[in-house]
Amino acid sequence: MVTDKLAAFGRLGLDIIASLGRSGRFLAGVLGGVSKPSVAFPLLLKQLYSIGVLSLAIIVVSGLFIGMVLGLQGYTILSDYGSEAAIGQMIALTLVRELGPVVTALLFAGRAGSALTAEIGLMKTTEQLSSMEMMGVDPLRRVIAPRLWAGFIAVPVLAAVFSVVGIWGGMLVGVEWLGVFEGSFWGNMQSSVSFTNDVLNGVIKSVVFGFVCTWIAVYQGYDCVPTSAGISSATTKTVVYSSLAVLGLDFVLTAVMFGDF
Amino acid sequence: MAQRTTEVIVGLFMIAGIAALMFLALQVSGLTPKAPESSYTLYANFNDAGGLTPRAKVSMAGVTVGEIREISLDKETFQARVVIDVNRSVDNIPADSSAVIRTSGLLGEQYIDISVGGDMESLADGDTFYSTQSAMNLERMISNFASGQ
Repeated sequence: MVTDKLAAFGRLGLDIIASLGRSGRFLAGVLGGVSKPSVAFPLLLKQLYSIGVLSLAIIVVSGLFIGMVLGLQGYTILSDYGSEAAIGQMIALTLVRELGPVVTALLFAGRAGSALTAEIGLMKTTEQLSSMEMMGVDPLRRVIAPRLWAGFIAVPVLAAVFSVVGIWGGMLVGVEWLGVFEGSFWGNMQSSVSFTNDVLNGVIKSVVFGFVCTWIAVYQGYDCVPTSAGISSATTKTVVYSSLAVLGLDFVLTAVMFGDF
Repeated sequence: MAQRTTEVIVGLFMIAGIAALMFLALQVSGLTPKAPESSYTLYANFNDAGGLTPRAKVSMAGVTVGEIREISLDKETFQARVVIDVNRSVDNIPADSSAVIRTSGLLGEQYIDISVGGDMESLADGDTFYSTQSAMNLERMISNFASGQ
């Protein structure tokens, strides 16, 4: 009995390691195969539209409300110390360093990542991928690669838009409604936010998150069990793994970027 | 959807991203070429500008009337030279008014308060305040008090 359990446990561990290995080989296969630009570009464009442009609405609305909440909360706390003008730097630093990349990646995993997994999973289940191979079309290049690249490109763009909309939302609450002086709002922000340390590090974070989220999404779709239950569990896994990977990587990246050691 | 429409929309999406990055670079982390408002310029020399920053507010009787454009060191007198933009509508500041650096709250930001004088003449564009009062330095005050000076 005990040995059976031990064996099952070991098999589980081996499964996880094998799955990691498959995903690495899969990534190398996708990034390694370079198509002709004339073929690849229209495919990339279509994916950029469906996972980038169509995600804009949720990103803009969430960014606006998160900025407004930051403005309200910051004002409540800082006005106790008579330094409510500091909400500018508080909102900007929070958004640019953390919330912009992280919340964008989480929303992206929920909005676009799950859709990618379900789409590719259904293609696999209905044997579209294998028929492509029969026709001599490499599905990794034709189906997977444009989606992966579109994810890498779209997430940093979305994160930048998120931060800007959030800062605007914070300004709306802080300056327009609660009466913080606009000059001090921007002045404090500009004196404390550094372009290389804060803005560029935020962009690097969002590139990494975009890479990880899209990789997980397309791999889960490509590797799913070809049944309806398999697609549903692959979609769940995409959202769960992406969220965990984003939050975990965020800690590591923050420690490296802002940790001073 | 037509290929052309997709191209245009994705192009706009990329432009939105670049514009957002430009905004983060210029407006959030750096200086911005701001459209000149209707204001005129006054100068004030301080022995110690303390924690005064560009774009901090300038007030009279607690009402914001302008903002600080620039702070630089005057190499001849070794004083801080502060360039102040005052709203055009406030055009009758008496010429013997003085500029005082104050702190809002105990830990708040510093700003310039114009303490009004009684002269019939008004300060005009490009004038300098005659009298100024530098930033209150809490540490220096405590050390002066402790050493009995």
